[in-house]
Amino acid sequence: MLPNSPAFKKNASAALADAGLQRALERTKPHFQHRRAAAVAALPEFEELREIGREIKDHTLENLDFYLETWAENVAKAGGEVHWCATAADAREAVLGICRGVGAKVVTKGKSMISEEIGINDFLEANGITPVETDLGEYIIQLGHEPPSHIIAPAFHLNREDWEARFRAAHRDLPADRVFHERHDILTEARDELRQRFLAADVGITGANFLIAETGSSVIVTNEGNGDLTQTLPKVHIVLASIEKMLPTLEDASVLLRLLARSATGQDFSVYTTFSTGPRRPGDLDGPEQYHVVLLDNGRSAMLGTEFQDMLRCIRCSACMNHCPVFGVVGGHAYGWVYPGPMGAVLTPALIGVDKAGHLPNASTFCGRCESVCPMKIPLPGMMRHWREREFERHLGPPFVRRNLALWAWLARRPGIYRLATRAAALALGLAGRRHGRFRRLPLAGGWTAGRDLPAPEGETFFSRYRRQGRSGR
Amino acid sequence: MSREAVLATIRRSLGRGPLPPDQTAMLLGRLACHPRGLIPARSRLPRPEQIALFVRSVEKEYGTVERLADLAAVPGAIADYLARQNLPTDLVVGPHPELLALPWSERPLLRLHTGRAEATDIVGVQQAFAAVAETGTLMLPSAPVRPTTLNLLVETEIILLRASRIVGAYEEAWDLLRAAQQDGETARFMPRNVMLVTGPSRSADIEQTLELGAHGPRRLHIVLIEDDAAPSGET
Repeated sequence: MLPNSPAFKKNASAALADAGLQRALERTKPHFQHRRAAAVAALPEFEELREIGREIKDHTLENLDFYLETWAENVAKAGGEVHWCATAADAREAVLGICRGVGAKVVTKGKSMISEEIGINDFLEANGITPVETDLGEYIIQLGHEPPSHIIAPAFHLNREDWEARFRAAHRDLPADRVFHERHDILTEARDELRQRFLAADVGITGANFLIAETGSSVIVTNEGNGDLTQTLPKVHIVLASIEKMLPTLEDASVLLRLLARSATGQDFSVYTTFSTGPRRPGDLDGPEQYHVVLLDNGRSAMLGTEFQDMLRCIRCSACMNHCPVFGVVGGHAYGWVYPGPMGAVLTPALIGVDKAGHLPNASTFCGRCESVCPMKIPLPGMMRHWREREFERHLGPPFVRRNLALWAWLARRPGIYRLATRAAALALGLAGRRHGRFRRLPLAGGWTAGRDLPAPEGETFFSRYRRQGRSGR
Repeated sequence: MSREAVLATIRRSLGRGPLPPDQTAMLLGRLACHPRGLIPARSRLPRPEQIALFVRSVEKEYGTVERLADLAAVPGAIADYLARQNLPTDLVVGPHPELLALPWSERPLLRLHTGRAEATDIVGVQQAFAAVAETGTLMLPSAPVRPTTLNLLVETEIILLRASRIVGAYEEAWDLLRAAQQDGETARFMPRNVMLVTGPSRSADIEQTLELGAHGPRRLHIVLIEDDAAPSGET
């Protein structure tokens, strides 16, 4: 997927004017927020589990080389194969090599953000192999040739009429005059269509929520069961996983699983949590004959030891974007690449460069809700600030912004002049806004006042009032 | 090649070389004793309440539970369930000895074949290895007697579960699995596939509205045998 992140501002404006998207956002936001809050409230130990989860991930990252090697040994012992890939291109070639090895024509896919990151669908298609997304949300966006707009609800931006229109266009073998009475009819049609694909596929590709060093396992978490059908029915199962998915033991996974579903969908536990370890065993009646893990680095190892290491704790639950006021009005596509919302604003510059993704860490009010709901306690606003600093140091921002930031810095370092300037501004604005107590429009701030009023100051600055009233606050 | 490059970058970023032997020994020790994190208090209950918590949790997630006094009553209960739901009486039954030993012939209207499930099968019967009360979760490890397709391809999945195999937390279920499958030579206990299943398949991808029966079973019905004693160590 080619990054469109440099166009964030244009994308965001378009999103704000998109009535269908705004309807979807209104529907989705309360859904996720209320369900998470209820699930968290029902588990008194949630806060303590967050702390333990953070310790487990920190411990794993500090010893990541050991755990990766131990895990890879155990994958081999179970009869599986690990393909170490430093870059997205390496990973694409590894997947293609495995597919060609078995003469694959159709590949079914479970939901995987890594597959979006490496752009595997377009690549397979260009090489004559048909990829079929089987997660319901991924399937409908594949039919619309668009990327996911959310990391766990990829089609949240679509409304029911979009589903019906795309199904009518894609499933031409069905009667054109069929009626979708309920949402369930849409689901049933997808189930029937995709069942045939599951059975026809030569290779199944899934992602991984976790890798377990102790057993050499990969773990997927789904509600539909599509990931399980994807990895059980074809001859070959390929797991796409990035290096930071690692966990030491099944007990460590149990801690994180208690956090994951509650933070994501507000379920206590997802319907299917599946641990896969190697290919079919002697006597097994089903399961794949080959088990491969394409293990992707793609810039993550270089984040270790930096101010962005904490980002590698992320378990992709989506709580940060579900609670983000910016994501809540522009949706996921505006971010222009695979990972939207606060976690995307931190991860995307690390993976594709701050020169391309510099807008994303700037698209934050620093309200801090993302950090407060993050099950892994990732300091997201702090890391966005680090990216802003790097962007400024590398002279990447637009000249207008840089000039004003420089002016601000000059002023902030000179308290006398700063107080004089703010006193003048407070006085002038106080006088001008005396009658209405607020401004509907301000010169040079038309964009800001388009959506809200600016309250008029009372004519006095904080500093002068503080001096007048003293510390007692009277 | 790539492997060495990735490991080298990790070590360089962490500002160190390969781990010293004492650190490696400590990490191997942690893997060997696999310490538990925190187990929530909600499942720390006396046995009857733990089993009741399991039943409640399954029902919360749209599964159904029927409690039976003994195994002999299972074929009758299944036949009655299928009749109530207006479902066909052709069954694919997992080849687990516990399922094969049931007195199926007492219900001649049930037509069954044993083995893995195919796409044409409508109703399946699977034996559960264990279950977790904390969230109403079944543990279904793959084995020649417990094919994975039985959990996935049928529209209605019927599960045979002994109450004695219900534990409180996931960690206790892992312990059962470790004890059951520990192979003295290799110490490899992990089956090819372990599914933890909580309720029937579902999706909320269409307008964030929950619909049951996405790709997996639309119905999950658990037949619970009241052999209430402490969990045993068998498969």
